[in-house]
Amino acid sequence: MNLGIEGIMLLGALVGFATTYQTGSLWLGVLAACLVGILAGLLMALMTVFIGVNQHVSGLGVTLFCTGLAYYAFRVIFGTPANPPQIQPFAQVEVLSGVSILGTILRQYPLTYYAILLVPIVWWVLYRTSFGLKIRAVGENPEAADAAGINVYGVRTVALMISGGFMGIGGAFITLSALGFFTFDIIAGRGWVCIALVIFANWNPIRVLWGSFIFGGVSSLQLRLQLTGINFPYEAFLVLPYIVTIIALTIANRNAAYPAALLKPYKRE
Amino acid sequence: MLKLRIEKAPAPAWVRSVIPLFAILVTFIITLVFIVWVRVNPLHTYYYFLVAPFTSTVSMIELLVKATPLFLTGAAVAFAFRSGYYNIGAEGQLMAGAIMGAWLGVMLKGSTPWVALPVMIVGGFIGGVLWALIPALLRVKLKVDEVVTTLLMNSVIVYLVSYLLNGPWRDPISMWPQSPDIASSAMFFILLPRSRLHFGFILGMITIAVIWFVINRSGFGLKMRAAGSNATAARFAGVDIEKTILTTALVSGGIAGLAGVGEIAGVHFHLIQGFSSNLGYTGIVVATLGALNPLGVGIAALFMGLIETGSLTVSRALGVPVYLGQVVQATLMLVTLGMFILTGYRLKREG
Repeated sequence: MNLGIEGIMLLGALVGFATTYQTGSLWLGVLAACLVGILAGLLMALMTVFIGVNQHVSGLGVTLFCTGLAYYAFRVIFGTPANPPQIQPFAQVEVLSGVSILGTILRQYPLTYYAILLVPIVWWVLYRTSFGLKIRAVGENPEAADAAGINVYGVRTVALMISGGFMGIGGAFITLSALGFFTFDIIAGRGWVCIALVIFANWNPIRVLWGSFIFGGVSSLQLRLQLTGINFPYEAFLVLPYIVTIIALTIANRNAAYPAALLKPYKRE
Repeated sequence: MLKLRIEKAPAPAWVRSVIPLFAILVTFIITLVFIVWVRVNPLHTYYYFLVAPFTSTVSMIELLVKATPLFLTGAAVAFAFRSGYYNIGAEGQLMAGAIMGAWLGVMLKGSTPWVALPVMIVGGFIGGVLWALIPALLRVKLKVDEVVTTLLMNSVIVYLVSYLLNGPWRDPISMWPQSPDIASSAMFFILLPRSRLHFGFILGMITIAVIWFVINRSGFGLKMRAAGSNATAARFAGVDIEKTILTTALVSGGIAGLAGVGEIAGVHFHLIQGFSSNLGYTGIVVATLGALNPLGVGIAALFMGLIETGSLTVSRALGVPVYLGQVVQATLMLVTLGMFILTGYRLKREG
């Protein structure tokens, strides 16, 4: 479990933004965010896979490190500007424009489409390729996987690096697509929501997709409610993903599909 | 040819006790990269970071002010971790204590400090306990992993604070999202004239002493440590693991709540958004650096106070962003964690 996600997303958001600011290329920004995420994943692997430190604590350490680094780097690069520096974010892509409701729903950022496309790819890799089989084997029973000739350290490291890259891009989506600027509280617990989401979805990529639609829907619903000006504590909606996850954890705990070796560092004797 | 083999061999006790010192050294070597990046002299930077705070009384006192909540959050985290309960929720429990403090502080208008002080302390503790209750019960009754639940509870309370400050507690005159000021009798008294050092510092010291006693010298501490090191064996020996973990988790939450009430009653005097600035998460750094040992926690909290004061000095003197402090703290945490594990092994010549 990588609790570094909150910080890695923030670092990805910053690196993506700064790269685009300097080069003018949005896709270079995405690439840079991905690379820094991979590096952060490697750091996580160094701590938990090779040295064998407790995953929660080192994950939080990675989050604190990446958060501090992102703030520090922002100040070093941009100083303390009166107005946040801006970039021209990704434009939304029109698919089936003109078809009234469907057109509105499908008008999305390109990264959103890639993210949705990623879901079946990740599912296919995890459940239909030998690499995916190795990942799952290492997650369920590292001893047996090792005996079967799988390089447990290697597989875990690669998995952490890939997921770090995704986290970096996820953070960059916020600066490069949704906002076009960087502020300090930009991630605001979204990383923790992702952890919640994965548990809520029982580690299944397809269910993660549905879960993220639900969580995203709740969040945009509260924005709409705020805009209507109805005096309603919008915090009640923002808090829902967390509460739902705690409840889901409680109900699902008896049959949760936790990977058996979750949180267990593996040491070859 | 020389062949090396890695084997398990716990380092002697004296090596383990100097690990944090080595970790500090390694950390400052790693963070050189970030200092060189802003093109300032690293030696100057480290001077302002580590030495300059000791050159004036004002900044030395400020160091103690900064360390005050960290004694408590560090103690809270270390206490829970020792029994194998990974309480990541000190941040939220601290805020719960602060909410209680902000509420009671207003209710206590007109009371004497003799009444107000104990009420504030007990109230803050209870606030933390209440916020720790759900994850703790879920863990012992239904075996729900406490790391995720305590972490999520931190996010929940951020929105609760936001609701209180934008709704019922919003200042009616300024419309500013902050709660009304607490009664002067409910404020923690100042220890040194014309400083910000308040009673919370003593509270932190007492708490550290008490948890040291509980962990190392009491029957309950023995059960705690047994539950933390080998739950199966402890259960076999007749320890009620569930009860032990539940108690530890709630007390840990209460201690974090004390940190929250201290910040309200000793520093801010009202509830504002973001008053905590990650004190709960820094508590995890403090507990790690202090090797989950109460005395170590005390020293680590002082050191973190030094880093926070030092990062302000560096920022004022050399224009290095103040966030260098956070980078140093996090690096230190990762390095310490790594070194504690790595010294459990040694290289040996084979053959």
